[in-house]
Amino acid sequence: MAQYLILLYDNEASWATAPEAKMGEMLAQHGRFQEQLAGMGAKILGSNALQPTNTATSVRGDVVTDGPFVETKEALGGYYLIEARDLDHALAVAKLCPVLDGGVEVRPVWDVNADAAA
Amino acid sequence: MPLPDEAPGRSAPDGGTGADARSAVGDAHRREWALVLAATARVAGDLDLAEECVQDAYISALDAWERQGVPTSPGAWLTTAARRRALDARRRERTLRDKLPLLVPRDEADDMDGLTDPALAPEDIPDDRLRLVFTCCHPALGIEAQLALTLRLVCGLTTRQIADAFLVSEATMAARVTRAKKKIAAARIPYRVPEAAELPDRLGAVLAAVHLLYTTAHTDPEGAADLTRPDLAERAIDLARMLTALMPDEPEARGLLALLLLTDSRRETRVDQTGRLVLLADQDRGRWDKTAIAEGTALVAEALRSDRPGRYAIQAAIAALHSEAPSYDATDWRQIVQLYDVLLHVWPSPVVELNRAAALSMAEGPQAALDEITKLEQDGRLAGYRYLPATKADLLRRLGRYDEAAAAYEAALERTLGTAERGFLERRIAEVTTSRAS
Repeated sequence: MAQYLILLYDNEASWATAPEAKMGEMLAQHGRFQEQLAGMGAKILGSNALQPTNTATSVRGDVVTDGPFVETKEALGGYYLIEARDLDHALAVAKLCPVLDGGVEVRPVWDVNADAAA
Repeated sequence: MPLPDEAPGRSAPDGGTGADARSAVGDAHRREWALVLAATARVAGDLDLAEECVQDAYISALDAWERQGVPTSPGAWLTTAARRRALDARRRERTLRDKLPLLVPRDEADDMDGLTDPALAPEDIPDDRLRLVFTCCHPALGIEAQLALTLRLVCGLTTRQIADAFLVSEATMAARVTRAKKKIAAARIPYRVPEAAELPDRLGAVLAAVHLLYTTAHTDPEGAADLTRPDLAERAIDLARMLTALMPDEPEARGLLALLLLTDSRRETRVDQTGRLVLLADQDRGRWDKTAIAEGTALVAEALRSDRPGRYAIQAAIAALHSEAPSYDATDWRQIVQLYDVLLHVWPSPVVELNRAAALSMAEGPQAALDEITKLEQDGRLAGYRYLPATKADLLRRLGRYDEAAAAYEAALERTLGTAERGFLERRIAEVTTSRAS
């Protein structure tokens, strides 16, 4: 098994203007996604939703600035750290991951210990 | 991997056997590379190690076959030699073995302990070429990386040869191949044939890569005089042939092979001796390759027998109608237009609509086609596509509207880089300018 980080990129403006009911529905979708994922033989090692980028603070060297590191329309809004057999397995999981108005990126986790041993 | 004939320091002691061994190794390189590499990748668990072992096996074959004679089954000899090297390498690194990213899933790797016996009879070694192809053409890899990896790993071309084929520097191509292999290992792109549910999509990606390889051979952005790069075209046909043999139940693999063979049957007549582009209408049909046409036509018939013929089978059927026609004018244009309608249904694309318009101009006259072209221009998806103004120009020329034709040819010329195609457009501009004056 290998680890992958599924990064959820969503349009923040869509989130900001989404009605209350829509938020509840998204939460329910994430609940279902977590069940589906377990049914597929993958495992969630960690997951979180993030506050929007207008709450972000960036630090570069000594300089502290208000706002995200990179300004984008679709911003990182949450993640799932999963364990999957291989990339095909991880992609099959990622295809089911709910997003409001965006998409997800799948990144393999760098197994630093294995590389150090090699 | 140096091709066997590039290997240094090999001189035959007696001339005869040395040359025989060399030609046998060259032959085996062309025909058996994919089989040997695919079988070795399983044992090696890593594409880089597999490639290294296979290269070593080919180099040792030069010497061994010269001394002992060419074995009855060169492929089996090479596979055994390469797998033995891979096993030795893995044993040396046994402590690291569990840390290495394995191409083959662990559970399956355990099941095939028996299969890793280097002395295994060749007929018991599974044919893993499909795994290799599906890994090289994985959708998580960019299309350029897919083509480079396929040529390198499945066809056994050197990085230099691939760089030459794509008109980029060797360093650029080496970086592209390295990046792709690194992604396969780091992201764990699996070494397997997709399951039935994913197969249609994934097979589509593989066929599209092979098709693109063939069309790349035909379009020369730098505009060398020769319009085709025959080696690349032949490799694409070899790949389509291999896919057809390995997946006999997939009509689209057959359809692609048919399409490539029929298109390629006209290769010799596409450009004249001075490097000028010759249109289908003006090609010397007597010089078309009849063997390729016969094979292609038979394959089309089989591919069309499927319930729902796919894009390649239909495109091949159109190519077959051209091949059968005694002349351009005597072509069954009505049936070609009908086939384009079917094609648009399974594969909607503005390029297909443009080709349909060109066929329609032969079936119903240039005016009917011009109406279709106007729609395509308004649609905007083909903005920048050189064959849109080129086709429009041809219709206007045939309608005697020379001023407009000249303007459309100019627009096509602006978007064209290849020397042969530019020369053709320039001659047309001169032609319509003369007609306008007279």
